[in-house]
Parts: sequence; structure tokens; C-alpha cells
Amino acid sequence: MKLTKPLIVFVCCIALSPASLWAQTERPRAFVGAQIIPISGAPIQDGVLVVSGGKITAVGSRSSVNVPAGAEVIDVNGKVIMPGLVDTHSHVGGGSGGDGSGPIQPETRILDSINVRDNSIMRARAGGITTVNVMPGSGHLSSGQTLYLKLRSGKIVDDLLIKDAQGNIAGGLKMANGTNSIRAGSTGPFPGTRAKSASLVREQFVKAQEYRNKITRAKGDATKLPARDLALEILVEAMDGKRMVHFHTHRHDDILTALRLSKEFGFRIVLQHVSEGWKVANEISAAKAPASIIVIDAPGGKLETVDLVAENGALLERAGALVGFHTDDYITDSRWFLRSAGMAVRAGMTRDKALYGMTMAGARMLDLQDRVGTLERGKDADFIILSGDPLSVQSKVLETWVEGMKVFDRNRPEDRLYAVGGYGAGRDEFFDFSCFDQGRDNR
Amino acid sequence: MKTNRVLQGMTLWLFILTIAASTTVSAQQIAVRGETVYTMAGQPISDGVVLIRNGKIERVGSARQVNIPSGYQTLRAKVVTPGLIDARTVVGLSGYLNQPHDQMQLELSASIQPELRAIDAYNAQEKLVEWLRQYGVTTVQTGHAPGALMSGQTMIVKTIGDNVDEAVVNPSAAVATTLGMAGMAQGGRSPGTRAKQISMLRAELLKAREYDTKQTTAKEDQKPARDLRQETLARVLRREIPLLINAHRAQDIMSALRLAKEFNLRIILDGASESYLVVDQIKAANVPVIIHPTMFRAGGELENLSMETAATLRKAGIQVALQSGYETYVPKTRIVLFEAAAARANGLSQEEALAIVTTDAARILGVDNRVGSLESGKDADVVLFDGDPFEYTSHVTGVIINGKVVSQQVK
Repeated sequence: MKLTKPLIVFVCCIALSPASLWAQTERPRAFVGAQIIPISGAPIQDGVLVVSGGKITAVGSRSSVNVPAGAEVIDVNGKVIMPGLVDTHSHVGGGSGGDGSGPIQPETRILDSINVRDNSIMRARAGGITTVNVMPGSGHLSSGQTLYLKLRSGKIVDDLLIKDAQGNIAGGLKMANGTNSIRAGSTGPFPGTRAKSASLVREQFVKAQEYRNKITRAKGDATKLPARDLALEILVEAMDGKRMVHFHTHRHDDILTALRLSKEFGFRIVLQHVSEGWKVANEISAAKAPASIIVIDAPGGKLETVDLVAENGALLERAGALVGFHTDDYITDSRWFLRSAGMAVRAGMTRDKALYGMTMAGARMLDLQDRVGTLERGKDADFIILSGDPLSVQSKVLETWVEGMKVFDRNRPEDRLYAVGGYGAGRDEFFDFSCFDQGRDNR
Repeated sequence: MKTNRVLQGMTLWLFILTIAASTTVSAQQIAVRGETVYTMAGQPISDGVVLIRNGKIERVGSARQVNIPSGYQTLRAKVVTPGLIDARTVVGLSGYLNQPHDQMQLELSASIQPELRAIDAYNAQEKLVEWLRQYGVTTVQTGHAPGALMSGQTMIVKTIGDNVDEAVVNPSAAVATTLGMAGMAQGGRSPGTRAKQISMLRAELLKAREYDTKQTTAKEDQKPARDLRQETLARVLRREIPLLINAHRAQDIMSALRLAKEFNLRIILDGASESYLVVDQIKAANVPVIIHPTMFRAGGELENLSMETAATLRKAGIQVALQSGYETYVPKTRIVLFEAAAARANGLSQEEALAIVTTDAARILGVDNRVGSLESGKDADVVLFDGDPFEYTSHVTGVIINGKVVSQQVK
């Protein structure tokens, strides 16, 4: 019958969806002979990395690690393995947050707007990124909820989510100050000045405090609870420390304003961009606020970044701040993310802290330090195989693995197209009905 | 006695002048000694010496062959290269503040304004000029940006000088032209389509041809009134200056080649991200390509850009140079040293990657008599590095332009 083939294809595709593939992959894999950079300790020459069930089960020198019987052994002699990169600020997937109706819209979500088949997501995998904080923009004081994603090979956003034990979707809250969120000369609802920006934010957080108080006083009595408010409940999560605020801020005084608000309302904060962070490095360090910075090749482009210096990372490191990196894709291309480390070292950061900034620093900024950021037993098997030293311009990301599944392989022509570019690279990943031949394999 | 004091005064002055004179003379005499010297005019020299005198390269060779005379200031480096050339930028017109007063790279009152000169808009003291200089970029083609059908002229300058006259190498280098979406007019004006872009250009070139004919053949009292726009296009028709055509889609590149053929124009392709699709056609037309920055964002008309295109074009025998391009936001300029490093990692050999920002760029820009290689008689534009110029962790340690040390910042 005519309907049979499409039906078979449909059933086949469901059966071979990523979820069921994960269940099938139980055989351990041992990657043998690479230089391993675990980040949690010194690099291991002639190392062995064993992964199974999506986790790292062993990592160490060849002499100290027993390769389990029956494991698939992969020779990675001459290569370098390090943890998958953590991009703490990206706009891949073409998602959105708030619209033009007002400057504070924490109720809007990247979850409801991202396209995970967008070609930018393919490029992120090619760049060695395994965990990414996808954010709405900086045109608002708060543009919405961010999403922490694992770049698994998925067709829908649900395939890429990170969930905690209670089933909560991992993500943060985007906030911003400075010129992007100001509409000069505005008569409302957007702020026209920096002072107005801060006071609008304070008003909302005060409302959130009162909302929280009402809920507490209600002691579960449904008749006393306030009507559920999608925006205020997110601000409450931030104040309760359950949702990290990722705060876009450039100028030194704007950075201090962000810290001031964080202190007043008790929300945890990651400073994002921090172009003039070097001017207030001691204050940032004293506030224990992590700083996620971007490596940009020239100052200017807007007034807030005219004093951007290449030494930003080095100066923040020296002041004792936690420094991480991001692409702000599409501002910089995800495929060049690893370049951040080399360029930061060029300008004075230590090698160790620069590589930490690409991995574990980001993990900590996303509260995912127990799962990713280093190559340690028990952590997610998120790693990249490089052709050489991560700080060398010549080194390529050869393979990207997320939870023990290969999601990018430079040797596959369709993957190489996104890594290097070329005709068709502008096209989103298409859903091909090749279920019969297993489609995208995981080896 | 008074005479004694006068004599003492004169002796003192003579003494001061002699010291001043001898210091000035030494500043004009520099020896750069590098463990590896890329002359870009032959094999790299191990333990090489570049002698500089009065702004020019005096002599280049190995340390064994070339004695460093006394009175020469010696600078040492691990690697030495010619000054880097950025074949297409907008620095000096498009400033880093990105405010209305420092954005002079695009006049949008009309779509075709080839008469606008870059020398009339250049701010030599703009911070980004200094920024490029510190990274060893010593010569740039800068001026009007892509973004209008014919936005104006470009020029070639050194990244030094307090004003354009001190910096200029070629005051009128090319006419900046843009095809495709970036070349459309705003607000419903023409051109609004690709077909209209080409037909407007053809009509304007025909008009210029008529103007030029009348100017040269008509009697003095019957010559047309002098017209700056027609004059500029007449220079293009006579092949005195090229059209610098920004085009990314393969169809726009083909339109550029077709236009060049119809009017026998010299053209240079600018950007050309889909040029890998029409390699044979570009090669047959003998058109050089100033390829887009390697790390450019792949979106819009550049969505199909490949990092390997410089290598692809070079392998086909097409002349290639590299650029930092035109950025409207952040980063306000790119740096060809870094873009060349990215190209080096994508199919170019060490010397090929150097060539697209030195010799080959100089040749395409028509300034190879002065810059692009370390050879006797050429301008003393030299860059010093503490390691492989393309490695992330290497640094520029010194920059010399016209025989003067203009930067010793470690960048």
C-alpha cells in the first residue's frame, strides 16, 4: 500500500532517535595514546581516556589505567584530548527573548524560540563547544531566560536540554546595562539614562521581594497565594540563588552598578563581556563575581568598548578573579572559540588559567561544575580531540564528543562543510530520511 | 672678556649641534638582525641582516655576508618580515568611536559617487590607524566602504603621519563599487535590484565614455563643462584606475566580470566569498582577488564563505591579497596579521600566507616598486617578531616604517 513506506520511515526514525541510541551504546570506549589535558591536573603524556554510558570511567597515563575487557580501543596517538569547551555567552540557534513592549521581560524564554538545527549550532560543534549558554540579547534590561544546552545531536530543543534531578531545565537570567538597553531620549517604557535603567530594575526586584513575601506568608494556603506571575517568579529564583544572572556590562561604572544590584537583591551574578573589567579588577575579585570575557581584535565599535584592551583577561586573572571566555556568536564565530585562549596568553594570561577559562571556569559559571569542565572520573564524557596544542593556530578540532556520543567529525564531509565553510554551509541541518542506513552514526 | 664668552657660547652651540646631527644620522641608520628573515624575494635567510638608511632598504643578506657598519642602531628579532599590507580597509574614514562624526566611509545621498576622494576624508590620527600599525600593518588601501553602488575612491597610505599628505602613497587607487544586497540603495531609491545595479553602471560608463570623447576631441569652446564624476569614470574607462568591486555571490562575481569585459575595465574583486565556484572564469579574466577576512562571520551574502578560498584561488594561479574589510560594529577593525594566520591554518604554506599580506598584495595594489619585500631600494618597512608570526602566542616586537622605528610595543 502507498502509505506503508512513509509509515515505516516514520516508525524507523522514532526508533532510531537519539534517546534510543543512547540506550544501545553501553560498550566502553578507550581513547589511547593522546596527550590528555584534564584541566583538573597536569597534562598526561601518553594518556588513556575511558568512557562508558555517557560518563568518564577512567582517565590517566597508559600505565595507570586498565582498559576494560571488551572495550573498543581507539588509537589517538599524536593527538590532544581536552574537555569539551564551555561557551558561556552565545546566540546560536537564532533564538529570541523579549520584544519591544518593555525593558524587563524575564518571563520570555530561549526555550520557546531556538532552532537547534540552525547552521550556527553545527558550527558550534565544529568549534569544539559541548556546553553553551544560549542567551537572548542585550537590548533589554532583562531580555529573558537563557538556556544551558549540551550540543548533542538532536532534532528538537528537548534533545539538548540539561535537567537537574528534579527535572528543572538548566538556564540563567539575562540582564544588561549600559548603552544597548538604553533608548536615548526615550519617554518610556525603555530607559533613557543609566540611572533610570538601574531604578527600573530595582523596582521590579522590590516587587519580586513582595511577591516572595506573600508566598511565604501564605504557607501553602491556596486562598492566600498571590496570582502566579511568570516574570516575578523568575526574579525570585534569581534572588533565591537558584537562577544565575548573566549580566552584560562593559563600562567600569556599569560593572559596579551590576555588582551593587547583585548585592542589594542577593542574586548570584556572572559578569558578561566586562570590557573595562581591567579598570575595576580588584572590585570584581573582591565581590567574587566571575567574569566572562570576549577576545575581540580591536577596541571601539561602540563607546563602551573604546577602552577594551587585549590584557583584560591577564589583569583580571592577576587580581584573582575567575575568568572565562565566550564567543557571543555571532559577534565572533564559534569555530574560532579556541583562539580565545591563545590570544589571552599572548596578552599575558597564564596558559593554565587560559585553558581553565575555556572549560572549568565556564562550567562553574553555569553551576555545571559537577558535570563538565574537566576530564575526571564520573563526569560527563564531553571532550574534544585536537590535532595539536590547543594554543596553536594550526590545531584543528578533529572530533567533538558529548556524553560519549560523537557529534562532530572533521573527517565526515558533511561535518567538514560546517567546520571550514563552503557552498551549502549556510543551510541549516536538514532532516534526511536515511534511517534505513542508520543515518548519523555515533562512531 | 666678552669675546671669550661669545667664543665659549659658539663652541657650546657647535657642540650641541654636532651631537644633535650625529644622533639624527644614527636614527636614519638601522640594522635589523633576525634569526629568520623573510625577504619575500627569494628564500628566507637564516641569521639575516637588513640594513636601513635614509628611509630605504640599503642591503639585505646573511650576517656573514653583510657587515653592520658602525653608527647603525641594531635591532634583533627571532623573525623579520616586510611591513604587512592590508589590501582593503576603511580605517581613517571609519573611526573606532562609531559615532556620526567619525563615520565618513559612506555617503548615501546618491548611489553613484565615484568622484568622492579618500584623501578628503582621511583622519591620520584615528586610533585604529595606530592600532593596525602596532601589529605590523604598515601599508593599507583605505577609503570609501562597500555599501553603495559606487561609494567613492580608495587610496593607499602608510600607517604613519599626522595628516594624509605625510601618509599618502597613492592618493587615488580605485573606485569602490558594490554589487549584490550590500549595493542596494535605501528608502526605495535605485538600485533596488541586481539588474538595476548593472544597468545603472553601464549607463553611467556609457555617459562617461561620451564625455571623455567630447573632452578630448571637441574644440576648446565646445568642450562640455568639467564634471568630476565623469572625469573619474573616464579614468576608469582608460584603465588608469581599477574598479574595486565588492561581490560575494557567484552571480555577482560573474556580473563584475561581464561588466569588465564589456568596457575593457581593470577590476579587482573585493570579498568574493563564492569565488571558489567560478575559479576558471576569474582566472581566464586575469582578475586579482582581495579575499574576505578568513574569520569573517558567515552570514547573509557570505553564508557560504570558506576559510580555504585563499588557498583554492592561489592554487589556481589567481593573484590573491588579504584584507581586514569593513566592520560596522564590533570589532571595528580586523587585523590582517591574524586573518593571515587563520588562512595559514587553512591550506596556505608559511610563505603563501605571508605573500598575501606582502608581495602579492603590493603587486595587486600597484605599489610593489616601493613595498612588499625586503629588497635594496625599497621602502624600509619592516616588522619584528619574537616567534612564528602566525602563532597566537607570538608577538610583534617592533615596527619600522620608512626607515623609522614607529612602534616597539610588544603586541
